[in-house]
Order: sequence, then C-alpha cells, then structure tokens
Amino acid sequence: MTTTLPATTATLLPDAAEVPRRQPVLPRIAWWAISICLAVLFLYPIGVMLSQVGPDDIAQIFDSSKGLSVVQSAGNSAFVSLVATGVAVLVSTLAGYAFAKLPYRGSRIAFFVTLVTFMVPFQAIITPLYLVLRDIGLQNNLLGVALVIATFNLPLGIFLMRNSFAAIPASLEEAAQIDGASAFSAMWRVMLPVAVPGLVSTALLSFFAAWNEFFAALILITDQSLYTLPVSIGILSADANFQLDFGLMQTGVAVTVIPCVIVYLVLQRYYVAGLLGGALK
Amino acid sequence: MSLPAFVLLGMFFIWPLIRTVTMSLHDWPLLGVPEFIGFDNYVKAFRDNQFLGAGAFTIFYTVVITPILLILSFALAFLVRRGTRAHRFFQTIYFLPVVIGLASGSYIWLFMWQSDIGPTTLLLGDLGLLDPRTNYFADFWSAFAIVVTMVTWKVVGLQMLLVLAGIQGIPEDVTEAARIDGANAWQSFWHITVPLLRPTLALVLVFSVDGSLLAFDQFYIMTTGGPAGSTITAVFQIYRTGFVQFDVGYASALSLILMLALGLVSLGQMLLLRNSDNS
Repeated sequence: MTTTLPATTATLLPDAAEVPRRQPVLPRIAWWAISICLAVLFLYPIGVMLSQVGPDDIAQIFDSSKGLSVVQSAGNSAFVSLVATGVAVLVSTLAGYAFAKLPYRGSRIAFFVTLVTFMVPFQAIITPLYLVLRDIGLQNNLLGVALVIATFNLPLGIFLMRNSFAAIPASLEEAAQIDGASAFSAMWRVMLPVAVPGLVSTALLSFFAAWNEFFAALILITDQSLYTLPVSIGILSADANFQLDFGLMQTGVAVTVIPCVIVYLVLQRYYVAGLLGGALK
Repeated sequence: MSLPAFVLLGMFFIWPLIRTVTMSLHDWPLLGVPEFIGFDNYVKAFRDNQFLGAGAFTIFYTVVITPILLILSFALAFLVRRGTRAHRFFQTIYFLPVVIGLASGSYIWLFMWQSDIGPTTLLLGDLGLLDPRTNYFADFWSAFAIVVTMVTWKVVGLQMLLVLAGIQGIPEDVTEAARIDGANAWQSFWHITVPLLRPTLALVLVFSVDGSLLAFDQFYIMTTGGPAGSTITAVFQIYRTGFVQFDVGYASALSLILMLALGLVSLGQMLLLRNSDNS
C-alpha cells in the first residue's frame, strides 16, 4: 500500500454508470396525494375531539357540583403556566445575560453545571421533590408546582438567553457604558430589545411545557380543587361507577388544546426557532 | 445575576437529588419514621418482579417506537423539505400535534378507540375491518399498538423538524456536485445526505429514547397499566411505589436505578455524536 485515498472520495461518488437510472422519485400528483392523505390522518384526531363538543358539554364545563369544574381547572392551569413562564423568563434572562456578558471566576463551570440539569429529568427525583415541597410548605400548592416546572425549564431558557445575548456585538454594550449606563440598565435598555426573539422562544417553550404538564401536577397536588386541566379532565369525566362521559372529556381536552393551537399558529416562527435553538446550537 | 437561577436549581434540583440518594438507603414510609437499611432497597429492586417487569416493558416500548419514529420522521422531512408554500403548509400540519399535550392526546385516542362509541372503532366496523364491540384496551397488543400510534402522531412532527433543520444544514453544492457526477436521487440520498445527517440522527435518537424511557402519561391515561399490569413503565412503577404504596425510600432507589440507566444511554449517545463529528 503506497497511498491512502481519503475514504470519502471512494464512498461519496459511486460509479453511476453501473447502476440503472431511476425515474424521479415522486411525480407531482403523487406528492399531493400522499401529503393530503397524511394531513387528513394528522388532523383526524383533532376533528374527533371537536366533533364531540356539544351545547350540553359547554354548559357542563361551568358545573362545579363535583367540587371542581373545567373552567376552574383551566384557571389553575393558567395560574401555573403564567407563573412558571414568568419565573423561567425572568430568571433565565438574568442568568443568560450574566453567562454571556459578565464572566466571573467559575462562570464557565457554573454554566456547565446548569446544562447538566438537562440530563436529569424531574420524573427521576419526583419522590424527594414531593418531600422538599412539603418541608417548605409548598406541597399541594399551585405556586410550588409552578416553581418546580419553571426550574426544570431553566437550563433550556438559560441556554437560549445566553445565546441571544452572546450574539449581540460588544460595541453596543460599550456604547451604552460610555453613555454612563450601569450594567443593569445597559441590559434593560440596550440588550433586552435585541434579545426579544430569544425571550419569546423561552416564554413559549415554558408555557407549552407548563400548560401540558401532567406528571408533576398529578403528584404534587393532592387537593382536587387545585388540579390543573390535564389531571382534572380524567376525574371530571368519570362518574361514581367509573363510567366516562366522553363528551365532557373531549370538551375539556378542547379547552386545553385550542389555546395551544392558536398560540402555535400565531407565533410559529418563534416557537420553532426556540426548539431548534435549544436542540441544534 | 445568575443567583436566582442557582437558588431555584439548588432548591428544586440539587437538594432533592441529594435527598434521593440518602432516602434510597432508608426504609422510609411516607408518614412514619425512616430507618437506615443500607443497600437493602437496591437488593430488593433486583429481585422485584414488578419492577423488573416494568423495566423490561419500558425497554420493549423504547425499542419498538424508536425505529418507527426515526423512519417516519425522515420520510416526512423528505416529503416536505423544500421551502415552497405547499411544503411549508404541510410542515405546519404535521407539526400541529406536537403542541397538544401528551395527556390531551391520550384522552383523544382513548375516546377514538372505545368499543361501540369510539369514532375510529365505528368507522372500521362500518368498513367491515374490525368488530366495533371489541375492547381494544383489554388486549395487550391492541392497547400497545394504539399507544404507539398515538405517540408517533404526537411527536413525529418534532423529529421531522429536527431532520429538516439537519437537511437545511447540508450545503447545496455537495448534492449538486453529486448530481452532476451522475448520482441518482437514491444514491445521493444514501451516500451523501445520510452520512451528513448523522449528528441529526443522534439528536433524534436522544429525543425519542429519553422520552420513551420516561413514558408515563400515555399509559397512565389510556391503559392504566393494564391489561393485568402488562403496560406499567418504570416511571409508572416509581409512582405506584412512592405515591400509592407510600414506600418513598424504595421509590427513591428505583429512581436512582432509572437515572443510572438514562445516564448510560446518554453516554452511549454522546459517543455516537462524537464519532459522527469525526467522520
């Protein structure tokens, strides 16, 4: 062996002449047919859900004779989601800014430790989490659930915010400092407006995670009147004999799903950018 | 400025993490006096048929759903990879179930497949394909198939998006060069696109494997672990141990075993990712 060719040139371009040529993979009509069939399959469950929402069920979502109603759970869900999102956005903006623009001794290690949190899902530490919340008086408390969900969204939020701030050129900051702004007001007045896309992504990711959270709410809340939507739907639609009222169930699901679909369709760009930013950068 | 983050992470992450370790070494009833018992909980775990069964089922579920998600997400991504208006329209639709919570999706599919009243059951009955009186959640294989289909519907759009981002990261001149050199679509896909997509592949694997190993909502809502406890996952078993049987010490030991398993899987996937960086 005298020469070693880079392996890539050998494998990347095989001899085309030996392989019979094929027709273009998908003619246009077939592409449309397949795409539309798939779209119908993807939308079918949503149609099933909507088809069950009748006037009786809509009247029933206000019925609190079971000590809880769909509307009341929606309120609990809204509280948890808004607090979790607010806390996650505020805390990850501060930390993201510090990690990107105010390096201190050990800040790289601190950032690394923050990211390691990604690796441990909260499902794995739920038992002590329950006891910790009990110790600090936040067990069976919506604020407690919101703080837990916010905490587990922090690594992604900090990561996104740090990337947003890091992308801002140093000259902008310097200009603000020359004008006599403190670090905090430099952040508030100059940096934050530039970092808005990252901020919206962080907020959307936190909101979807909190609004749809089932496991944490199921375990950390023991009082039925405090249940969030995903947990209460199953309980509300069951009667004393464990027979399920599927009309009410699907109406509850619709109340849960429709806000997410609207938010997604309106703010698609930010949500998708946030997902990819978290995954690929 | 990062202090609030550390306070939250310390209180709701590091403190409970440390407590998991100490609790796992105790016989710790939820409302009683803890007693130090060393590694007895771990010894018990590896002789506990319920836990071992739940672990085996979780692995089985992961092994079944991962290739399905992988293949379908690549297929969808290639179907809608171009930036035209029609492609973007279908991207939006295929991604839509991602914003629906796993619990909500479970409730919808639970209804769809109900005997006698579920729309899908009735539809397939009208077509003469299935008997609408069948209780699909009473049989392991049909219940399992419904859950796998539901989860695929719910998450394949997210993975499609990751693959799309990967495809867009491939410089166009590379595929262009191959085309000029006479490679057909299949050759160009297999020999150029796939190798360059290996980091994306690893990422998609991380998402689906970690998600499946932590599965809970879909089985809790749709199968309630049945029939006869055959669809109880690892997280489900931890939930039952800690919050139905109130044996939180043992639940902590099971949690640590799950965490260790996840850690090993992540390590394996990181090695895969690193290898693909080198190639």
